[in-house]
Amino acid sequence: MILVGVFVYGFIGNTIWTSMTDWGGSGSLALEPEKNFIGLDNYIDLFTGFLGSGFRQDLVNAVYYSVLLLAGAVGLGMFIAILLDQKPRGEDVLRTIFLYPMALSFIVSGTIWRWLLAPQGGINILPTYVGLKPMTFSWLSSQAAILVFNWQDLLRILLFMAAFILILVGLFMLRRDQGRAIGRWLIPGIVIGAFVWLFGDIIPDALFMEEEHGFNMATLGIIMATIWQYSGYTMALYLAGFNGISQDLRDAAMLDGATQVGYYRHIAIPMLKPITISAVIILSHISLKMFDLIFAMTGPDNAQTGHPALTMYLTTFRSNDFARGAAIAIVLFLIAAMFIVPYLVGQYRQRGRD
Amino acid sequence: MKRILTSFLVLTAAMLLLLGCGEEPKEQQAEEAPAPTAEAPAPAPAKGNDLEIFSWWAGDEGPALEALIEIYKKQNPDVNVINATVTGGSGVNAKAVLKTRMLGGEPPDSFQVHAGQELIGTWVKADRMEDLTPLFEEQGWMDAFPEGLVKLIGTDKGIWSVPVNIHRSNVMWYVPANLEKWGVNPPKTWDEFFDAAAKLKAAGIIPLALAENWTANHLWESVALASMGADNWDALWSGKLAFDSPEGVKAWSLFGKVLENTNADASSLSWQQATDMVLDGRAAFNIMGDWAAGYMTTTKKLVPGEGYGWLSSPGTSGQFMFLADSFGLPKGSPHRDNAIAWLKVLGSKEGSDTFNPLKGSISARTDSDLSKYNGYLQSAAADFGKDRVVGSLAHGVAANETFMGGFASVMEMFLKSKSPEAAAKACAQLAEKAGI
Repeated sequence: MILVGVFVYGFIGNTIWTSMTDWGGSGSLALEPEKNFIGLDNYIDLFTGFLGSGFRQDLVNAVYYSVLLLAGAVGLGMFIAILLDQKPRGEDVLRTIFLYPMALSFIVSGTIWRWLLAPQGGINILPTYVGLKPMTFSWLSSQAAILVFNWQDLLRILLFMAAFILILVGLFMLRRDQGRAIGRWLIPGIVIGAFVWLFGDIIPDALFMEEEHGFNMATLGIIMATIWQYSGYTMALYLAGFNGISQDLRDAAMLDGATQVGYYRHIAIPMLKPITISAVIILSHISLKMFDLIFAMTGPDNAQTGHPALTMYLTTFRSNDFARGAAIAIVLFLIAAMFIVPYLVGQYRQRGRD
Repeated sequence: MKRILTSFLVLTAAMLLLLGCGEEPKEQQAEEAPAPTAEAPAPAPAKGNDLEIFSWWAGDEGPALEALIEIYKKQNPDVNVINATVTGGSGVNAKAVLKTRMLGGEPPDSFQVHAGQELIGTWVKADRMEDLTPLFEEQGWMDAFPEGLVKLIGTDKGIWSVPVNIHRSNVMWYVPANLEKWGVNPPKTWDEFFDAAAKLKAAGIIPLALAENWTANHLWESVALASMGADNWDALWSGKLAFDSPEGVKAWSLFGKVLENTNADASSLSWQQATDMVLDGRAAFNIMGDWAAGYMTTTKKLVPGEGYGWLSSPGTSGQFMFLADSFGLPKGSPHRDNAIAWLKVLGSKEGSDTFNPLKGSISARTDSDLSKYNGYLQSAAADFGKDRVVGSLAHGVAANETFMGGFASVMEMFLKSKSPEAAAKACAQLAEKAGI
């Protein structure tokens, strides 16, 4: 307990403290470096400062990256698991093949994918084998972005999203508890949404100048590599789940006239909700900590594909800006906590109920 | 019982995993370069007659370092030399290892570092280095090295490292036969370049080959030097000229214009690939440091002056933007006397002229024996003797690590927004933060 206290919470505390100092710049490596308390300046600078634009792009990347990784890895993993659940011939071999990427370390698979996605080789020259022109998609070096938004509007966008989630939850609850759903979720959601829509101008800009961030096309290659690496893992999870559903249940469903699709859609997948949740939790924090794969694939070279963890490393250990690095680490830590704490609370409550 | 067994199994599995993780990087390093010692050995306690040399010279550069060590051993036969090499281009890994060792209070006897602010802004500011002025005076190096160079590796408090080689960063490379075919002359100014570029673009040739991000920084310094001139360039780094001054903004807008003539897939190429584009005839020019000459001479077996040609980058003739590898003496070096003897070898004429032809660079000394160098290096050495010497930003001479780290993000910002004003302003903020 004491060890955990010191080595986990003590160090977290120390990092928080460091992030509130100005430890960095020249002389930061002295035996007794000069550190002054400057409060939240590092954070303010990261989110609204002139030089924090790289970090903001990284954060946006991390969001797109996490969402696409989750959708891709869970979706593809589930799809493969359903196929394998049909008990095709050679299932064992296929299962091994699909699971194998998990065994590679990110740095290795990252290097391999970097070769595959090289602009003048790899995947791009595949069409030439059948006599077509080579593709020219610049996988890892594209500067183009889609789904671009202006960072100035960040607060408005966040409020819109909150309103959207509130309304969504309200609609979902409508069937169960009408009064509460309307009072607690729908009305606040609509009010916030309408307020932002009508009076958005009085909400302050998040930044003093226009700054656009979006989903960078070069990130696509990195997401593909991660999905390739992790879909085998979710496949294994789902496959175990499918095998755990008793054959009787399946037979009963079939007797009632369920199709294959219907069986998975209404019975198997809903039954595996715990598996889906744990896959999402695990993958989302992996995507937040993603470092080596990106380092190997685009590294610090195409910063458009950056990731907060990578920036944290570069800021701290190459630029010697320890305070700022610590601030980035704490931001990452808080985002990870956003995913994990609700899960832990949910687990805890469930255990209390049992 | 069952529980104990399970926990034992779990433990074993965990150990195996840990072992597995630990092995990986070693394999990789061995693959990258068969360095004499792949990892820095634990520092020897201050006993015995050792000399630990910490560097990132492995692979191609290994033999050059070995040759230096040979000379040292001949002069100091009873010293046991420990060659602690950490692989990784430009010292990216070595610098991290060095940081942990210095912060842990276990400095090597002498370590490699890029000469200039990278050393001064990091370790000298932190008061971790010894002043080498007495050594420079005793050895007569004050006269042997050009005055401009000594100024750039020193501060008003002393001189901080012994440069072993000089590389030039502002060089433009081309293939003479190709230029003739396309009817283009090597441009002496950027205006001439833009004229040539229009012609080349019409013929479907990329005017200027560019590679990953650091080469954009590399290109920027050559363009900025051409745009503002050597005096302003020096004023910039001594804090006398603001980055967001008209001169600073002008440099960025010229850089933006130059970028319009580069290849779109730059960020996924290495500098060698960009050089290859020139050699293949896909691109006309490339601005890269003179290690490109080493690559074209040694790897591509081209004859300097025939297979490839060079010129100082447009608008910078008479100016020599330099970068240098050097060795310094950390405070608390365990074998200080041996380290000083090592530094003497590095600065000597013999050491310098043995090392540099092998490394593909020129000697920092003005009296070096030019007959040992190839055609390109001879011309570079001649220029170094007479040109105005200025420090490179991309390679650590002009600014410290804080600025360099931040400059990379300013560059990204510019590559995206293409706004000279914003980039200049960002540089100004960065300079303030980095204490320039």
